[in-house]
Amino acid sequence: MGTATEMTAITPDLHAASARDLDALIACPQCDALYRITTLDPGARARCARCHTVLISPRKKAGMRIIMFALAVMILTAGALWFPFLTVERAGFSNSATLVDSALAFSDGPLVVLVLLVLAFIVLVPLARVTLIVYTLAPLVFDRPPAVHAAAAFRLSEALKPWSMAEIFALGCAVSLVKIADLATVGVGPAFYMFVAVVVLVVLQDVYLDRWSVWNALDPRPRQDPAE
Amino acid sequence: MSGVSAITARDAGLVACTRCSRVWPMGTGACGRCGKTLVSRDPHSLSRVWAWLIVGVMFYIPANLYPMLITRTLVESSEATIVGGAVELIHYGSIGIAIIILVASVLIPIAKFVCIAFLALSVGRAGQEGAHQRHILYEMVEYIGRWSMIDVFVVAILSSLVQLSFAASITPGPASLSFALSVIATMLSAQAFDSRMIWDRIEEADDAARPATSSSTRPAQ
Repeated sequence: MGTATEMTAITPDLHAASARDLDALIACPQCDALYRITTLDPGARARCARCHTVLISPRKKAGMRIIMFALAVMILTAGALWFPFLTVERAGFSNSATLVDSALAFSDGPLVVLVLLVLAFIVLVPLARVTLIVYTLAPLVFDRPPAVHAAAAFRLSEALKPWSMAEIFALGCAVSLVKIADLATVGVGPAFYMFVAVVVLVVLQDVYLDRWSVWNALDPRPRQDPAE
Repeated sequence: MSGVSAITARDAGLVACTRCSRVWPMGTGACGRCGKTLVSRDPHSLSRVWAWLIVGVMFYIPANLYPMLITRTLVESSEATIVGGAVELIHYGSIGIAIIILVASVLIPIAKFVCIAFLALSVGRAGQEGAHQRHILYEMVEYIGRWSMIDVFVVAILSSLVQLSFAASITPGPASLSFALSVIATMLSAQAFDSRMIWDRIEEADDAARPATSSSTRPAQ
């Protein structure tokens, strides 16, 4: 982790000047405190002095790394879909479940709504997020103009963030293992490990993603070179 | 607290984009960078918070009354509610798992209802103290809310896994759907909350203390 830098607070006498060059200002999205943007070294983080929300956190080669993490997530998720992640055995009967099976468990009656929800939370939303992020960042990393609708893509990716629940599902697997241990013999399949890897990659990707840098790079009139 | 008396975008006659943190002159309709509709303070925020919160509480009631899991083995068939299932786990000796289930499915949802209601009530009413604590509370509610979904996932995993013909089978009960909907509604309630309002009371108190410095630039809403 880099050093945390506090942003320069706007002082009351700067009001008049601040209205003219809005590009040089940043407002904390959580508490509305206004700051003058300072150029940060990669690895440093600028936090809001008042509510401590991270405002800017550039990292070296962040764009390329995020794209690599995203591609790995796509491959692992696709694999995790088709391999069993848990197997169970009792009295000679055995069964193994894939992610698709687990979502389809609710397929009778009104619970079909849950099929769609569970499938969305653990597979579709995470996959959509990484796809949108690659779409947004790939042109920026290779020094090309932003893709068509790149802002809309990144917006959607950010809106989907709370609904991506891969890590919660992974903990759910662990709880299930213990819960039915006395009912049947349970084993872990290859997809479980793939899923754990996905969770780690998603967390890493989030650490490297500096929202301000991305928005700044997508800006039609960028203030300065993005930190990608 | 050094930063408590910060100048806000609103003080400077600006409106901030809460998505990309760009600032625009007050009165700008939509952010020119990311396209988000700009409001200095969302006037409908609290209505939406309360509406989603009520929906969340309503779905939480059947989630506790109906069975979450229906387990059939060779000798018996049993239905377990959220609390009933946890009590059963304690009887079998898996106290750790029972605690995870109770925390994720009972403690966190109820604590979330209480915290969101407290935050919504405290807007504009609380004193100068505690804005930072309330902000931390808000961030915790936003972060932790999703984890309540774990019980729904456990039900999904168990139901797909334990389909062993006569030996044992588990099917989801109606509570799983209402519980999932309750979690979603509560997440939407937390997202609807405009956290900038937590800090507003402080600024107003500050302005009263030193009216000369910032009264000139505060525009009419």
